[in-house]
Amino acid sequence: MNIHLRLNLRAILGRAYPRVIGSLREPSWIFFEILLPVLAIAAYVFIYQALEAPPEFVGFVILGGAMTAFWLNVLWSMAAQLYWEKEIGNLQLYMMAPMSRMSLLGGMAVGGIFGSSIHASATVLIGVLLFKGPALVFPLMLIPIFLVTLIALYGMGMMFASLYLMWGREAWHMASLMEEPIYFVSGFYFPVKALGFWVALSASVIPITLGLDSMRQLLFPSVAAWGLFPVEIELGILVVLAIIFPIMARIALARMENLARRRGGLTLRWQ
Amino acid sequence: MNYAVETKNLCRVFKRKRSRKERKQEPTKENQKEVVALDDVNIQVKEGELFGLLGPNGAGKTTLIKILSTLLLPTKGEAWVAGHNVAEDTFNIRMKINSVSGGESSGYGLLTARENVWMFSQFYDVPSKVAKQRADDLFKTFGLYEKRNQKMRTLSTGERQKMGMVRGFITDPDIIFLDEPTLGLDVNASRVIRRFVADWVREHEKKTVLLTTHYMMEAEELCDRVAIIDKGKVLVCDTPENLKKTVRRSSTLRLEIDPLKDYSKFRDIPGIRNFSKKVNPETNRSELVFVIDDEAAVSDILSVVTGEGKRIHELRKTEPTLEDVFVSLVGRALE
Repeated sequence: MNIHLRLNLRAILGRAYPRVIGSLREPSWIFFEILLPVLAIAAYVFIYQALEAPPEFVGFVILGGAMTAFWLNVLWSMAAQLYWEKEIGNLQLYMMAPMSRMSLLGGMAVGGIFGSSIHASATVLIGVLLFKGPALVFPLMLIPIFLVTLIALYGMGMMFASLYLMWGREAWHMASLMEEPIYFVSGFYFPVKALGFWVALSASVIPITLGLDSMRQLLFPSVAAWGLFPVEIELGILVVLAIIFPIMARIALARMENLARRRGGLTLRWQ
Repeated sequence: MNYAVETKNLCRVFKRKRSRKERKQEPTKENQKEVVALDDVNIQVKEGELFGLLGPNGAGKTTLIKILSTLLLPTKGEAWVAGHNVAEDTFNIRMKINSVSGGESSGYGLLTARENVWMFSQFYDVPSKVAKQRADDLFKTFGLYEKRNQKMRTLSTGERQKMGMVRGFITDPDIIFLDEPTLGLDVNASRVIRRFVADWVREHEKKTVLLTTHYMMEAEELCDRVAIIDKGKVLVCDTPENLKKTVRRSSTLRLEIDPLKDYSKFRDIPGIRNFSKKVNPETNRSELVFVIDDEAAVSDILSVVTGEGKRIHELRKTEPTLEDVFVSLVGRALE
């Protein structure tokens, strides 16, 4: 096998390992990653039930609640990660290693997807058991939509990782700033179309917006009229985002590394 | 001759942002915008050599290591590691090097020590099985074998530092940069590390170590050659023995006295090549080291002290050390 390919595959596995292990070794995630989202889900479910909304809306909320695991993971454990790595002294060891920097972020993404998938599945399971959503159909199209959404979403996280590093301590505030507004504009707990076409279209730059919208259309075809665009178009846009974000992440990483080597201090933790 | 490391006229300048207050003031040496960390550094480290960079804090040692390990670019000049240019051929350099810094506590607290070093080995294309075997061998060497399966966050600072050494050597690098590897460690842990480093170079003909330290004893004990660096400049570079020879015809006089008001009088005494002073805060005494070319200076030194009515607590004439070489060159102690 080509040395670069072998090296980068090993690097991806190596960097994914702490996240995979972290998901299994630290039981505190059950509280933070499942019970807290279920509380948020419960609030919306009770509102919809009080308003006598169609039962599909309960499904909308459970799905949105499950996808928060991925969004939080992208925001705090992808975008902000290089900054934390710098603070604990790992980043300079990563930058000194021969593997591609994209493998580093790729490993973080693979591990993050693994951990978040467990959290999301658990949220769906508890949500369905507690709130008894509507009957589901499970079309095959759901698989590519879900995968492309994750690639685009984690690609965006990879791009933000370099930018957050350049923003330094403001990264923390940026992440906080983005958390709740994105819940809102991406329609985590309601169909994004309710925000109006132009707001929903603008929010579509965040892959989870269209990903959620498509998945809802596929899972609950009886309320597909709430979809922003037909699923095929949304998949097309998601594919474009899934290509653009990783490319931009690569460019941002290269720029960041170059800047770090010229200026010093960006990736280094001086004694 | 194949050099493991070579630098030519290497310079590194850091630009720092001036505060609003500083911008209003005239530029002075203290608030200047540029800090020269390395100034025209020329060194050649041979393959298989244990080369030391000895200098006080802020001398530029770490900056040099960062450039050689491809983390920083030189502002001017060039540097090659394993024959590859640090500015252009990073991949080939990175495959052959590793680096360990004293006081490092890299890794993830959630992982065990063994998992952490395995993870770092994967970034260097080390097969998993080989990495695990090497990790176990190195953990044994550093006395951490029993704790290898403990989570990193339960390890003490010294144990984490030893884990850092395991991380550095697990990739079996051709060239390793050790930046103050025994910083803050207790005597025994430091001895284990020094012995390991010395054996590693001796047992592997082509392996090279570039060690930075401000412990002169460490440099003297370990290094084949030593470069003394201060304020970004390499002052001298030779074997510890040859360096000491430069002050051997001089004598080193160590005095412990009550603090004086004015030390500048010593500068006027003929026969003193240079001297350093530091105050021991625990005893509140001044510790003076004089490198003297003429024994007649001793009585003048003592006259200055007694002339101020101060007590001499200790007076010793000693064999020259690398610190004396440093004192004779720059006129102050290393620490």
